[in-house]
Amino acid sequence: MVDMVLALWNEFWPIVWPLVWIVIKILVIIVPLLIAVAYLTYAERKVISAMQRRKGPNVVGPLGLLQPFADGVKLFLKETIIPSGANRAVFLLAPMLTFFLALAAWAVVPFGEGLVLADINVGVLYLFAISGMGVYGILMAGWSSNSKYAFLGSLRSAAQMVSYEVSMGFVIISVLVVVGSLNLSDIVMAQKNMWFVIPLFPMAVIFFISTLAETNRHPFDLPEAEAELVTGYNVEYSAMTFALFFLGEYANMILMCGMTTILFLGGWLPPLDIAPFNLIPGPVWFALKISMLLFVFIWLRAAFPRYRYDQLMRLGWKVFLPISLGAVVVVSGVLVAFDMLPKAGV
Amino acid sequence: MIEALVFYVFALTAVAAGIMVISAKNPVHSVLFLILAFFNAAGLFLLLGAEFLAMLLVIVYVGAVAVLFLFVVMMLDINTTELRQGFLQYLPIGVVIGGIMAVELVLVMAGWHFAPDVSSAIGAAAPPPDQVSNTRALGDLIYTRFVYLFQASGLVLLVAMIGAITLTHRQRKGVKKQNIANQIAREDSVELKKVESGRGI
Repeated sequence: MVDMVLALWNEFWPIVWPLVWIVIKILVIIVPLLIAVAYLTYAERKVISAMQRRKGPNVVGPLGLLQPFADGVKLFLKETIIPSGANRAVFLLAPMLTFFLALAAWAVVPFGEGLVLADINVGVLYLFAISGMGVYGILMAGWSSNSKYAFLGSLRSAAQMVSYEVSMGFVIISVLVVVGSLNLSDIVMAQKNMWFVIPLFPMAVIFFISTLAETNRHPFDLPEAEAELVTGYNVEYSAMTFALFFLGEYANMILMCGMTTILFLGGWLPPLDIAPFNLIPGPVWFALKISMLLFVFIWLRAAFPRYRYDQLMRLGWKVFLPISLGAVVVVSGVLVAFDMLPKAGV
Repeated sequence: MIEALVFYVFALTAVAAGIMVISAKNPVHSVLFLILAFFNAAGLFLLLGAEFLAMLLVIVYVGAVAVLFLFVVMMLDINTTELRQGFLQYLPIGVVIGGIMAVELVLVMAGWHFAPDVSSAIGAAAPPPDQVSNTRALGDLIYTRFVYLFQASGLVLLVAMIGAITLTHRQRKGVKKQNIANQIAREDSVELKKVESGRGI
């Protein structure tokens, strides 16, 4: 009996072990990510309250530090209500899809030199594809809720995400032309001498603003416009289904800041490659840069009023698209003229 | 073994989703199944090692084309019972048209033969995949050997785009338009205040 079990064990362990190992690696990425999401909500409330001369959450735990967990427990314990007119399957699928996509994108993000779950050749395209699919969660939620506010919110959101993706794509192309590779680690390593935010500064600004629109954040949070749409596409969701949307949205914010960091702020590289800076490990730099960008996300929310819908579309199609399209031509023209194109075979 | 398993999962899901596209009662469900089918096709491309095509399929079809489908279908108010009423009435003509199409297809396929240079092109030495990434290999081919075809397809898309715009665009009278440049340039209605920090206005 024992022999048989041992024999089975020996036979299956080599097959099972890689799966177990990959699950461990995935957990090492996802658990800190979810904690980061929880504390991002806390940071958002604290930063905005400081900007508005309030105290913010300060009751649960020291300095209110346990507030995110209290919120989480509250959402867990509440009842999930499914509206009677809703399309049940799609209604439940939408938040799962949003959450799944927000986590799946992290598979290709390099946290440090060689610290990446899947170091694939087309990393940028993968990120772009996954972030582009985020719109389905919102569309499905809006349609299946069978409610006019949710539907209008989801339509706005879908139009907005599709529009800004176009200019984001062109910005990414101009970075790729400089690097000569679609691998995210290669993109970071190409910034060893100079972060791309310096030569491609206008592109970086356009990219950052587009990520605001892509994540439906202020000042482009029209899908949620509380005043007109009572929070838009997720108005019919409660408890855990709502929590999944919420987590997905904030994980997407962190992801988009990570993408900006990788493309323009040198990923895990220290600002200067000298003693006090390069002693700090890469992942810490990566996290610091992401936190800085997230602070700007929150700051913008406190500082700016919401865009009107036609202004938002005008900005995307009539301002960003021509500029980023022109920039692709200019950047590649400069590279060809000065013979600085990345060499073949990289 | 795992690769074969993954292949069957992708392939079976793609086929099942394809069947559901035409058999689902709700048109929105049909579009969602179509998206699932696209996604699994992308998975199959990945298994073949065509990573660039796989990502392109997801970005273009799933991320853009299907969104527009879903957009349109979601806003249609389709009454399925009403649609089904005419089913028997339209059945004969449907069968006739379907039959003609099937016969045509068979005729075309029977007389099908490859152009003489195709077989040699298939046999032409492809760069080994471990030396050249397939993004690069595709680019090398599209922008050199097939550059005219590439430009021609771009032109077709441009014409389609212009056509769509001319068909749908109309000038409306009495619409208030905002001139952002003028609005930003005016000076009299905007006032800058220096606010002491920690005070508020």
